[in-house]
Amino acid sequence: MWIYEKKLQYPVKVTTCNPMLAKFLIEQYGGADGELSAALRYLNQRYSIPDKVIGLLTDIGTEEFAHLEMIATMIYKLTKDATPEQMKAAGLGDHYANHDNALFYHNAAGAPWTATYIQAKGDPIADLYEDIAAEEKARATYQWIINMSDDPDLNDALRFLREREIVHSLRFREAVEILKEEKDKKRIF
Amino acid sequence: MTKQLPPEFYELMEQLQAVDFVLVELNLYLDTHNGDSEAIRQFNHYVKERKRLRNAVESIYGPLMHFGHSYSGDPWNWDDAPWPWQV
Amino acid sequence: MFTLYKTHRPFVGPFDPCPPIRVKSFSTPPNLYIGFQPNNFPQFTPMEALRAGTLWKPLYDPYYNSRELAKGGNPL
Repeated sequence: MWIYEKKLQYPVKVTTCNPMLAKFLIEQYGGADGELSAALRYLNQRYSIPDKVIGLLTDIGTEEFAHLEMIATMIYKLTKDATPEQMKAAGLGDHYANHDNALFYHNAAGAPWTATYIQAKGDPIADLYEDIAAEEKARATYQWIINMSDDPDLNDALRFLREREIVHSLRFREAVEILKEEKDKKRIF
Repeated sequence: MTKQLPPEFYELMEQLQAVDFVLVELNLYLDTHNGDSEAIRQFNHYVKERKRLRNAVESIYGPLMHFGHSYSGDPWNWDDAPWPWQV
Repeated sequence: MFTLYKTHRPFVGPFDPCPPIRVKSFSTPPNLYIGFQPNNFPQFTPMEALRAGTLWKPLYDPYYNSRELAKGGNPL
């Protein structure tokens, strides 16, 4: 079971009223390497991964939902009081026509989230390598968004999220080492 | 609803976020380093620390958790605004 | 010298329509070099850790865009 806590993992602040940044951030909400994909990928893989790393997948998957809430908070703040004219000027006219100011699980180009973004091969090494790649891809996405943003508070929170990808990637790499079971042994071939 | 929270709320909430973040980091670390007694000792220390901070935050903000993980005020105040993305 | 960003020089063609970007850089974050984190890694204080996005000092690798870097970034 999951329990909700009424607090963000990180104090998200946004300096400027700039709906165009929301358009870019949606990539990390409903995009292939976004936080929804991450959470669902890990929490689904954990049922068939060896017991030794179920805890890690459970915990990182759960943390990803906290990141999803941070991204949602950024988008919410950036678009909360935006008028239809402002939404249109920010390139969010297509979004507005369908959703008004509601959030939706699609990527920055408007393609809806799909389960084909995530993989579950059932092979522990294949799945963990998939997870490592997903973390590096999310790290890169945060870099590209930071490159386009001049909002100091937003970039501060995006740097936090990018750093989390680095830590998660290391933990998944360690999980591979644990499954290899040869960490402290000498190779004999 | 436009209930405004006092400045102390933001300070205490950030302290709780900091301690909870240390707990997340130690938790993930321990998932792959389950024999590190020093890290376990540190984890349990911060579990205690978070209880103190959580009580302080709840005394201003109301229940942080649902489903019986926080006591309720009377009237029921779990569902009071502001929510995390609104504060 | 050890660095967390590497560069490469893309080929510049004689008929490229845009002014060439001669040096491209990419991130090679610390997780790539650690393998398996040893015990007793140096830590940030809780408030620093929240700001950094990690408890572990050797894992800290903040990313700034070029405009932020021109202003000196904002390292901890």
